Amino acid sequence: MSDMDMEDDGAGVVKKFMFLNRKAPHGTVYALEGLEVVLITAAFDQDVSMVFTDDGVYQLLKGIDSKGIEVKDFSKTYRALEGYDIEKLYVDQASMDARGLTEDDLIVDVTVLSVAEMANLMDEQDVVISF
Amino acid sequence: MQFGILVNEGPYTHQASDSAYLFARTAIEKGHSVPRVFFYHDGVNNSTRLATPPQDDRNVSARWSKLAAEHGVDLVVCVAAAQRRGINDDVLAPGFRISGLGQLVEMGIQYDRLVTFGD
Repeated sequence: MSDMDMEDDGAGVVKKFMFLNRKAPHGTVYALEGLEVVLITAAFDQDVSMVFTDDGVYQLLKGIDSKGIEVKDFSKTYRALEGYDIEKLYVDQASMDARGLTEDDLIVDVTVLSVAEMANLMDEQDVVISF
Repeated sequence: MQFGILVNEGPYTHQASDSAYLFARTAIEKGHSVPRVFFYHDGVNNSTRLATPPQDDRNVSARWSKLAAEHGVDLVVCVAAAQRRGINDDVLAPGFRISGLGQLVEMGIQYDRLVTFGD
């Protein structure tokens, strides 16, 4: 609180933001609209991490084709994250295992974490936003 | 302590908005402050003044408006999410305003806690 008192407008403050992506890319709008928040947060020069867990790991799956369900395919956005200096991408090992997925099935380079490692990473964050 | 609140679900179908409201009201009663609530995803539907729930039910948007009027809570509705769902300035209940996602990020940067209510 004391450090915030000096920076009322928040200018220059860099916090650690984690975005916890738990939902499949399609079926609900959470993944698409969640991605918008991630990009805006990076534009505010914050320290951004993205975590993919539960069905959220499907967001990074290679070969997504949403033409059949007539909704926007935003899969390519994940590959563009690097251009926004968003390079900390983590996936949950247990979620990958439960779905028969390996890193080779994903469109971007990720760090695979155990539940304990994930817990430690979360503990380091200032803000965790879950979609 | 300063709490920022994020509401990600619409009224009535989901309890998120009710829980967020009760959390905000209680935090204020306990001497904390809730400078802003941000409405995202279907949460933007909490902002319409056009809803007319039955007399014996709570009025979710009116309750938020009252909290804003009494405690100066800034009720911010995401513009992109609102436009997708037909929410604009013409239908906003008192105390709500439409703005960008930067207002959400600012809550995370400036406040002590950011609490999410959603699915």
